[in-house]
Amino acid sequence: MTGALPPALLAVEGLEARYGRARILAGLTFHVARGEVVVLLGRNGAGKSTTLKAIMGLVPPTAGRVRLAGRDLAGLPPFRIARAGLGYVPEERRLFAGLTVRENLAVGMRPAPPGRQPWTEERLFALFPALAALRDRPAGRMSGGEQQMLAIARTLAGNPRLLLLDEPAEGLAPVVVERLAEAVKALRAEGLGILLSEQNLRFAGAVGDRALILETGAIRWEGPLATLLAEEALRARYLAV
Amino acid sequence: MDALILQALNGLASASSLFLVASGLTVIFGVSRIVNFAHGSLYMLGAYLGWTLVTRFAGGGAPGPLGFWGGVLLAALAVGLIGVAIEVLLLRRLYRAPELFPLLATFGVVLIVQDLALWAWGPQDLLGPRAPGLHGAVELPLLGLRFPRYELFLIALGPVVLGLLWLLFRRTRFGLLIRAATEDREMVGALGVDQRALFTGVFFLGAVLAGLAGALQLPRESVNLHMDLAVIVEAFVVVVVGGLGSLGGAFLAALLIGELHAFGILVFPRITLVLVFLVMAVVLVLRPHGLAGAAPAAVPPGAPGAAEPVIRPAPLALRRFALAVFALACALPSVLGDYALSVFADFAVFVLFAMSLHLLMGPGGMASFGHAAYFGIGAYAAALLAHHLAAPMAAGIALAPLAAGLAGLAFGWFCVRLSGVYAAMLTLAFAQIAWSVAFQWVEVTGGDNGILGVWPDAWARDRRVFAWLALALSAGGTLLLLRAIHAPFGYALRALRDSAPRAAAIGIPALTVRWLAFAFAAGLAGLAGALFAYGKGSVFPTLLAIPRSVDALLMVLLGGVRTVTGPIWGALAYAGLSEQLVRATDHWRLLLGLAIVALVLFFPEGLAGAARRWWEARESDGRR
Ligand SMILES: Nc1ncnc2c1ncn2[C@@H]1O[C@H](COP(=O)(O)OP(=O)(O)O)[C@@H](O)[C@H]1O
Ligand SMILES: [Mg+2]
Repeated sequence: MTGALPPALLAVEGLEARYGRARILAGLTFHVARGEVVVLLGRNGAGKSTTLKAIMGLVPPTAGRVRLAGRDLAGLPPFRIARAGLGYVPEERRLFAGLTVRENLAVGMRPAPPGRQPWTEERLFALFPALAALRDRPAGRMSGGEQQMLAIARTLAGNPRLLLLDEPAEGLAPVVVERLAEAVKALRAEGLGILLSEQNLRFAGAVGDRALILETGAIRWEGPLATLLAEEALRARYLAV
Repeated sequence: MDALILQALNGLASASSLFLVASGLTVIFGVSRIVNFAHGSLYMLGAYLGWTLVTRFAGGGAPGPLGFWGGVLLAALAVGLIGVAIEVLLLRRLYRAPELFPLLATFGVVLIVQDLALWAWGPQDLLGPRAPGLHGAVELPLLGLRFPRYELFLIALGPVVLGLLWLLFRRTRFGLLIRAATEDREMVGALGVDQRALFTGVFFLGAVLAGLAGALQLPRESVNLHMDLAVIVEAFVVVVVGGLGSLGGAFLAALLIGELHAFGILVFPRITLVLVFLVMAVVLVLRPHGLAGAAPAAVPPGAPGAAEPVIRPAPLALRRFALAVFALACALPSVLGDYALSVFADFAVFVLFAMSLHLLMGPGGMASFGHAAYFGIGAYAAALLAHHLAAPMAAGIALAPLAAGLAGLAFGWFCVRLSGVYAAMLTLAFAQIAWSVAFQWVEVTGGDNGILGVWPDAWARDRRVFAWLALALSAGGTLLLLRAIHAPFGYALRALRDSAPRAAAIGIPALTVRWLAFAFAAGLAGLAGALFAYGKGSVFPTLLAIPRSVDALLMVLLGGVRTVTGPIWGALAYAGLSEQLVRATDHWRLLLGLAIVALVLFFPEGLAGAARRWWEARESDGRR
């Protein structure tokens, strides 16, 4: 795809984060457009999760800017960032284990901005039919795949404009990963921006448009996912274990 | 038989009141992770405000224009607003602080409320009015017994409140968010929920319940200034036994504790208090998260915590400074007067007491909320030896640390098996057991009258000699502690604090190391206690009471948990401050409470922490 760049939905500039004295993110700059899936790749410990948490405000960034549709969010508390339109699905999923599927969704429910079709329970169950049958089951008693779907659905219930997905395919069976890929494509088709982190290319290759490769908290390579899939050497250099 | 049934019913009525207090405490804890010591103060305020609202607006003790029920409800709402004020002004700033800080801050609130209540309502007990419509007794059907109407009303109230709370939690969005936040409040925030509003709402709810419980006591018992700590300790037991954050668990536990009290009085009238805490200890050992509690979610990864500073040998300048201070301390007694000498000995005692607790809190990473137990056991060991066996002081000083150390071994065995708030509450429970024994076993300990005439041997009776003795023993104990911190034992302890799994992986026996640290700290606290007993010539149960445990915590925090010698300065500063306050003003509680709150809010690193920061900033400036 060429031509004029679509206006960035999420623009990250010089993002830096620390745990205590250790600098984990060394100034990241990138953007995500509407209807675009950007994949954050990198080995374990590269800083993928920290990037998503810093964007979400869960780890307060020590420098840099995070703009969503032009509005700077860096430094705001997470609930403000969520209300501004960012949706976060953590790597550990962090469902409310004692609450049922419907109750988990209800916690995430927020009114949609004017002019957008809101995510209702019915629409979420249509996106993830497996959840519909489990609606009154406590989230703690579901399989890993079901939990991942619920985690995504719970975040979607807040009607975000951009979704942060932290390793959604981690530890899931191939069939489930396929179902997830379908869902991600459907969301992209709706115009959602998606930033997702991954360690391997199986899932990322199926859904991503562009890739960023992260190593020790800095972006080492950036480009179309197709290029990465085609170039063995690139993959061996940054991603092989 | 009839007596048993009546007793069981009495137990149910107490259980209802206890549940009202405990339910608010457990809901607040569940959402905010704050152990609210001031919850008992809210209960007490409910009783006082209820008394004023019900009686004041009419003469002669007859109910005022609001009527009894109007007064009770208004009091509960007023207490709710006070709870909101405490949350907004104080606790909101502490949600990210280590869990001990909010606990101490709320203890500061306890002191402030005690003084304000004394000022507003005076020291005398106030007798409450009867509840209109619920006078007298009724004949119970089937049983053929007469039982007070008001108690029956209370018995029914507990389940009704439980039911209403259940509805609130299951049927409203507020309740849903409370349940979600109890599991993972950070995630609730990431989903766009303003936690501050949620916390404020939860505090309002909890405070209303506490105020209601307090106001409803009016027809049952007189209102006094001791209601706060009495009820908070029982409520802690109920909440911990039930499982922190669990309403159903709190209800079950309230029934258990209420009945235990009712029947304990019949069977073992002398050890009812001990019984309650023993039950708590047994429950926690069998079910470390209480009857209905779940294991707390692991600390969410990503919570940014500043790394603990590495403990290094003190820089040369600092060591010279310490040596100079010690030399000064050695010289000081030769020029001090009698009163100053006894204050000097007290300071030496407090330094050792604080340093012994610091071993647990700093390098050990454990919170003891009952360190006074070991201080008091040491003091009582010395006093009992002197009183019953006329043993010389040397024997007392040698055996007191042994007695306290053994108690530390016994109590510590349980405490090191739990973590976080549960461990802190268990240490509190053991301290309360020790206190109850001193208080209730009158034949041996003299009960509330204590043991008098615990004087040093003739050679040390001179105040100057005793001051030097106290200094020598305190310095010896402190050096022993510092030695342990810098020995492999200390490294193992810190490794466990920083990462238990990794420390275990390199073969450090976690439980044993912590257990020994606990006993070691207890033993030295016992030594401090024995010195204190000889210095004062007497011992009283207050030596083991909650405020003394709080003293120790404050000395450590004031000095700085994350420094090595901070507690020494903390002990001196705190002892000096409270000494001055008590001498200078009747309102020392108010001032001390405010000082605690200010300390927690503005100096969370303590004096030595602030000094180190200043020192390091100067150093790095110098290098540039
Ligand atoms: N809570 C934390 N405290 C301290 N360091 C952390 C914490 N979380 C992650 N780190 C460190 O930050 C680095 C990046 O971690 P993370 O963002 O989780 O990587 P990834 O998600 O790419 O596996 C790692 O070196 C990790 O050890
Ligand atoms: Mg990760």
